[in-house]
Amino acid sequence: MAKYLLKRIFYMILTLFLVATITFFLMKMMPGSPYANEAKMTATQKAIMNKQYGLDKPVIEQYITYLAGAAHGDFGISFQYSNQPVSSLIGARLGASAQLGLQALVVGIILGIIIGSIAAVNQGTWIDSTATIVSIIGKSVPNFVLAVLLQYYIGLKLGWFPIAGWGEAAQTIMPTIALSVGPLAETARFIRTEMVDTLSSDYVELGKAKGLSRIEVIRKHTLRNSMIPLVTLIGPYAVALMTGSMVIENIFNIPGIGEQFTKSILTNDYPTIMGVSMVYCFGLVVILLLTDIVYSLIDPRIRLTD
Amino acid sequence: MANRILDVKNLKIDFHTYAGEVKAIRDVSFHLDEGETLAIVGESGSGKSVTTRSIIGLLAKNSQIMGGQILFHGKDLLKISEKEWQQIRGNQIAMIFQDPMTSLDPTMKIGQQIAEPLIKHKGASKKEAWAKALEMMKAVGISNAEERINQYPHQFSGGMRQRIVIAIALICEPEILLADEPTTALDVTVQAEILDLMKDLQKRVKTSIIFITHDLGVVAGMADRVNVMYAGEFLEKGTVDEIFYNPQHPYTWGLINSMPTLTSEKLESIPGTPPDLLDPPKGDPFAPRNKYAMKIDAQMKPPFFKVSETHQAATWLLHPDAPKVTPPDEIVRRWEHYKELQAADKD
Repeated sequence: MAKYLLKRIFYMILTLFLVATITFFLMKMMPGSPYANEAKMTATQKAIMNKQYGLDKPVIEQYITYLAGAAHGDFGISFQYSNQPVSSLIGARLGASAQLGLQALVVGIILGIIIGSIAAVNQGTWIDSTATIVSIIGKSVPNFVLAVLLQYYIGLKLGWFPIAGWGEAAQTIMPTIALSVGPLAETARFIRTEMVDTLSSDYVELGKAKGLSRIEVIRKHTLRNSMIPLVTLIGPYAVALMTGSMVIENIFNIPGIGEQFTKSILTNDYPTIMGVSMVYCFGLVVILLLTDIVYSLIDPRIRLTD
Repeated sequence: MANRILDVKNLKIDFHTYAGEVKAIRDVSFHLDEGETLAIVGESGSGKSVTTRSIIGLLAKNSQIMGGQILFHGKDLLKISEKEWQQIRGNQIAMIFQDPMTSLDPTMKIGQQIAEPLIKHKGASKKEAWAKALEMMKAVGISNAEERINQYPHQFSGGMRQRIVIAIALICEPEILLADEPTTALDVTVQAEILDLMKDLQKRVKTSIIFITHDLGVVAGMADRVNVMYAGEFLEKGTVDEIFYNPQHPYTWGLINSMPTLTSEKLESIPGTPPDLLDPPKGDPFAPRNKYAMKIDAQMKPPFFKVSETHQAATWLLHPDAPKVTPPDEIVRRWEHYKELQAADKD
């Protein structure tokens, strides 16, 4: 186990390094500069600014300087936000994103499990078909479309929840709904398939042959076995929620890391782009590791070895 | 007379499929006495599994009982509610399935799985059930049971898993054990061990067994009586000696003739395939594959002709007016052996 973990951590660091490298050079290939009114600047002004931010040096040197800094936890100074360090900038905004992501994940998975199980138990009936249609719609309608619809009909017309903003619980409801629909649809579909499989398995048959009632068979032999593989989806969900939240945070004007990310890309705020990419990447590799550990804990067939 | 615990009368079961009504079980009658083993032999799709599943009330959703009775201690199981079924299943009637690799819950400790019926039916406490599960594990020959009771199915081999399935089936000491090809998925040496174990436990628990198989070799050492099933009906019923040494139906001849012997140079087989039960044949269902078939076989279903008190066969060949035919050499050899046996019995 310890050996396995060490190996995984080594790969995590390697992944982070590769992502940092690729992102850095891709970012440098973006057109434009960090300066807001570049057209009005003279060549001298530009040279002074470039020198100030270290942009006058060759790209490869900038890359090495960045990596050296990042290795010590120094992610540089944001070009855009009144010269704040990127780390404190991200730190201040991570909370909102994490809260929104977690809420959406929990809501999506729980509702997804409920809808999927109900569909599986009523396989072939209108309930099952309805659930299938709901999950297809949930999967195919982009969450930003849903977000705008929610804002217009629920927020503006009905006035049930605030249209945008962040700070009070009511403001988190609509973005959470918009963001949770993806994982919800995916979970419902997944659980339905798993459960239909499990319900027709030999051990469920043996459970019935033991004299267990339908409810007992589902509770004791079906739910756990159908839900275990769901853990494997949490990694992909995390990615979906991260990228999804970029747009959703923009739409609902939530001061989260996603909103900052999109802004930093539009303004060529190099240190912030790098910082946020690394935070996303770190979050993802940690989630993937946790997923594997959790899987080995709840499924006796899985053991972590190298 | 032995105590009759199960009496199946004129059972008919249909399956609703997209193609139409499949008449899977077509007027099947048999009985089971206390402590005996009845083997139902037939090829895949002959209806053996469907017949046994009807006895434990676990037929597929698209099936429909079209008629008949399943009398268990005189009570018709076809008329009881799902609640009553739940009290019988795993308690008075238990079942062993074909594939031990898939019939255990992969994420539940095997101790819990063995104890489950006892907690359900006998109201045992967890502790009592656990102790009894341990006892059962030892009884089915799992060594190191104290440790292995906490393990999961994937930590056991196929043979060991089938022992566990047997322990689950027998923990409530059922009156009837339905074994649906319990050794088919196992390799031959393990098969023999499992069969010995079943015979041994049958004596201890005093259960009656209905043993489903397509393997006549397995039947010989296991069964008291044998019913040969084909296309949803029985063609021949008799004691194990009668079926093996004095078979009367050409289908039984075919089955026996296709068993390998020490001297057989080439493996015999029965040509053709079973009839389509969407549109079952009018006469003897085996007639199209039967080289001894007569004209009447295609026109009229043969009744059961009595060969002895315990032996019946549904073939027109037993009709007094039927011509004498010579069965395959192997069968003639067996008939002669049977005559010798009977002569020896008389002395």
